[in-house]
Amino acid sequence: MTSVVSAKSLGLTFPTADGDVVALSNVNLEIEKGEFVSFIGPSGCGKTTFLRVIADLEQPTSGTITVNGTSPSEARVNRSYGYVFQAPALFPWRNIEKNVALPLEIMRFSETERRERIRKSLELVNLSGFEKKFPWQLSGGMQQRASIARALAFDADLLLMDEPFGALDEIVRDHLNSELLKLWARTQKTIAFVTHSIPEAVYLSTKIVVMSPRPGRVTDVIISPLPKERPLEIRETPEFLEIAHRVREGLRAGHSYDE
Amino acid sequence: MRSGFGNSVVPVLTMVAALIVIWYGAAIWLNSPVILDRLSREGITPDFFGLVLRTWSYNRPIMPAPHQVAIDLYNSTLTLAPSNKRSLIYHAWITLSATLLGFVMGTVLGVALAIFIVHNRAADRSLMPWIIASQTVPILAVAPVIVVLFFNLLTGQNLIAQALRLNAEGAQLVSKGVISMYLSFFPVVVGMVKGLRSPELIQIDLMRTYSASSFQTLRLLRLPAAVPFLFASMKVGVAASLVGAIVAELPTGAQSGIGAKLLIGSYNGQTIQIWSALILASILAGILVAIVGLVERASVRVMGARP
Repeated sequence: MTSVVSAKSLGLTFPTADGDVVALSNVNLEIEKGEFVSFIGPSGCGKTTFLRVIADLEQPTSGTITVNGTSPSEARVNRSYGYVFQAPALFPWRNIEKNVALPLEIMRFSETERRERIRKSLELVNLSGFEKKFPWQLSGGMQQRASIARALAFDADLLLMDEPFGALDEIVRDHLNSELLKLWARTQKTIAFVTHSIPEAVYLSTKIVVMSPRPGRVTDVIISPLPKERPLEIRETPEFLEIAHRVREGLRAGHSYDE
Repeated sequence: MRSGFGNSVVPVLTMVAALIVIWYGAAIWLNSPVILDRLSREGITPDFFGLVLRTWSYNRPIMPAPHQVAIDLYNSTLTLAPSNKRSLIYHAWITLSATLLGFVMGTVLGVALAIFIVHNRAADRSLMPWIIASQTVPILAVAPVIVVLFFNLLTGQNLIAQALRLNAEGAQLVSKGVISMYLSFFPVVVGMVKGLRSPELIQIDLMRTYSASSFQTLRLLRLPAAVPFLFASMKVGVAASLVGAIVAELPTGAQSGIGAKLLIGSYNGQTIQIWSALILASILAGILVAIVGLVERASVRVMGARP
């Protein structure tokens, strides 16, 4: 297996008015091709920062990181990842089809190629038939699905997702989680997924990275023994609960509640 | 939300009616001393009713009554051919053409400056204070200087004049347009700088993940996001342009245009003519702002806004 992301003793310190904040400290991590890796931890643990470092949206202050064997900035210029943000960030003046077309326009895909890719990505997120709708005409869950379609449109092998379902209610979230698993199985992509929900992390991942704050660091990496095929009911099995328990223990160990 | 035209008819008409009543009252109040003075010299003491009627029909009043202005406005617009130099339509067109030219130049300059400011930190720090300072200059004082300067520049022996080959009329139009531009670019710069910076951080980050060029980010994100700001600025700008064109005509010895009409009226004590020119100017301003509003509505619809 080849590493899609490889971080070695990675550190990132933000200088602020009240002194330096260590967002990431000595992070060592490999993400292999085809993995579904979740990052879980309380706020301030650096999970989003780590994702942003992979995406070249933040610059590390120490250590090394490679994405597809190159530096993050080269990987970004090569358009080798799709990023899904916490909010859909759809452009309100573009309909769904045009929103999905946005990266394709920037990357200068031909008109016919664009049409085909829009159709395929909207189909992957079950939004066929909503091409001409404007974002405000869609529910929050559908908007986030459209933003996933936009990230899929240019077919990068790596998908970075930063709490994409964090703002949605539990029922919609369950539904989107199982859809995401199907999508992952169909597209064979590598997915890095930030969340603060234990069931979500355990349900989705092949590898769970538990992080803790002050300084932001990795406290545990759990390889999930769950099968690839996961119905929603798997969440009531003993295996599932055992992993969830280990994640919870990891979170507790890394977090001092005295503060 | 219905931004219906019909909903506003009653309040607007009520306001107009109230203003007309106040106006008639003011005509009595301001004109009666002059009338009383004249009548007392002729040895006549009028009754109240006679005095009121005289204050409303005096031919050189300090404050003309609404109907006098309305009649003059009607006579000087609808009864004369628009090409007649006594027609207000003729003068209005002279002013309007300078207004529109200046408005277009001001909007283009304003948008260009805003784009430059947003993309260049040095420009952001150095240009803005000058732009604000430019608006503190009393335009009435510098207008003649600027108009004469541009007129000579555009008709003289230099490369610009030779390239443009304007006749005297064209040069006058452009030099008045420069004053309109001077007043109208300011709201556009201020609005567009805010508008171009209005996209959320997350949207800017998104463009960065696509490694979009700054031109692509401008074209696909910043400019569309700035459109609502542009229209708000353009409404202020178009009204300022009209003021600029009138001001440019006032102290420069222009023979035609609403500004010239105002000045000639005040030289000859023709208060009624002054007022009808003023009313026409405000009607013009209203129409211009309404046109910008209509274009705004159409663009909002195209851009898929929630109705």
